[in-house]
Amino acid sequence: MVKKFIKKFYVGLILIFLYAPIFILIGLSFNKSKSRAKWGGFTLHWYKELFQNQSIMNALYTTLIIALLSALIATLIGTAASLAISNMKKTPRAILVAITNIPMLNADIVTGISLMLLFVAMRFTLGFSSVLISHITFNIPYVILSVMPKIKQLNPHTYEAALDLGASPIYAFFKVILPDIFPGVLTGFFLAFTMSLDDFVITHFTKGPQINTLSTKIYTEVRKGIKPEIYALSTLMFIAVLLLLILINRRNAEKK
Amino acid sequence: MKMLKKPINRTPSQKHGALGIGGIKWLSFPYIIWMIGFIIIPLLVIIYYGLTTKDSHLTLENIALTFNQINLKALRLALELSLISTAICLILAYPLAMILRKSKMKSNSFIVMIIILPMWMNFLLRTIAWQNILERTGIINTILRFLNLPTLNIINTPAAIVLGMVYNFLPFMVLPIYNVLIKIDKDVVAAARDLGANSVQTFMKIILPLSLPGVISGITMVFVPSLTTFVISSILGGSKIVLIGNVIEQQFRIGNWHGGSGLSLVLMLFILISMAILSKYDKEGGGGGLW
Repeated sequence: MVKKFIKKFYVGLILIFLYAPIFILIGLSFNKSKSRAKWGGFTLHWYKELFQNQSIMNALYTTLIIALLSALIATLIGTAASLAISNMKKTPRAILVAITNIPMLNADIVTGISLMLLFVAMRFTLGFSSVLISHITFNIPYVILSVMPKIKQLNPHTYEAALDLGASPIYAFFKVILPDIFPGVLTGFFLAFTMSLDDFVITHFTKGPQINTLSTKIYTEVRKGIKPEIYALSTLMFIAVLLLLILINRRNAEKK
Repeated sequence: MKMLKKPINRTPSQKHGALGIGGIKWLSFPYIIWMIGFIIIPLLVIIYYGLTTKDSHLTLENIALTFNQINLKALRLALELSLISTAICLILAYPLAMILRKSKMKSNSFIVMIIILPMWMNFLLRTIAWQNILERTGIINTILRFLNLPTLNIINTPAAIVLGMVYNFLPFMVLPIYNVLIKIDKDVVAAARDLGANSVQTFMKIILPLSLPGVISGITMVFVPSLTTFVISSILGGSKIVLIGNVIEQQFRIGNWHGGSGLSLVLMLFILISMAILSKYDKEGGGGGLW
């Protein structure tokens, strides 16, 4: 009994630790006072302001486009690579898997700097495309990580059976293999999207002065004080994701 | 993988690997080209910058920047704080993962979701929110004052940075450990108990060794970002506390790319060393992934 209580209490404490900042940020989005340190009463003003604020909307747009494109391209390259890698002999496979691990294990700051140095050395102007390339680079490993286990679970005989029954390899791929690995592809896509959305360090080094994502915009405002509209925006994004996850969870529960 | 390999080895007509699809090697070409272009070559570029001067003479000067007193202090502090945060994360995460493993929650994905969900709020904002909690007039101190207790002065101290690191990276410790723990066969644990092991023995002899891959990936995933962060220290540590990440970022801000690259190489060396040490304990070859 006591043991059970202690366990629940412990989980509760950790959850409070993890969620306390979230509640504070949501609270701040309704704060009449512009200062983070003072509570000036309840308002919805910042939610209205948000949509008028062109620079925040631009940063949001850039962030979403980069997240979407980088996740899509990384999913394509990563899924194709996973198929080929799991079809390789041991040594080349080990080498490729090791290279895949580099961006995941290396420090963000080193990855960011090394990409920036490459772009500069190639006389490639830092901007939207350099950020996109960088995001694709760190996203591919997450896709491979999600797709590879699904490929390992595949039963190769179904594909052979499809071929024996007269399906072309491409037709067989779309009808037999893809449906089986699709959950992994989807996880990889969402993972990549999330990582891109939340990245600050690599974007910071590769973006150049022209563009801002939400992260880099927030960073420039840390010293002079965050605009309350940003709290409103992140509250909206958080709630959107929360609803989406609840929906997915409920649908999965129904399926079971 | 084991399941797949067997039937394939038994069919001699199979020329190809695991999937049994021939001629799809080209599918990996875009990936290989991408990885060479944007991972291998950039690393070579950073090594080049780290070992040369502005007029491209070979030099060790940039590496020697590490031994500059301020930088050495920053490196030592970063090592110290990241080791402390990694230890705290491990101490907090392991019991949590054990409790979650036994919880009657039907879906694992729900637990994973609850732990990942905070990451959907921008991590800079979440770290800034800690300023609100820790400040002199912040939430903790307001509560303490209300209770007539002495107030705490945490913000802009190394303690605040450790807290920020633990907060930001705790999920990366919990998830790999949890993922390994739920894969432990319940029958193995039951067998140990049947053979007379008490709960401490079962834990030490069965659960702990089997969970080691998860612990190892957790340690790497917390230690590396903590060691190299410059954001957490600049938000929660004020301007006086400088970690090695801040030094490198500053070098690039003032345009000393060669110096910054040299220091990055030193940082990479530390990451490689820690991984070499950890991989000794991880004979299974991974298995403790995040997802």
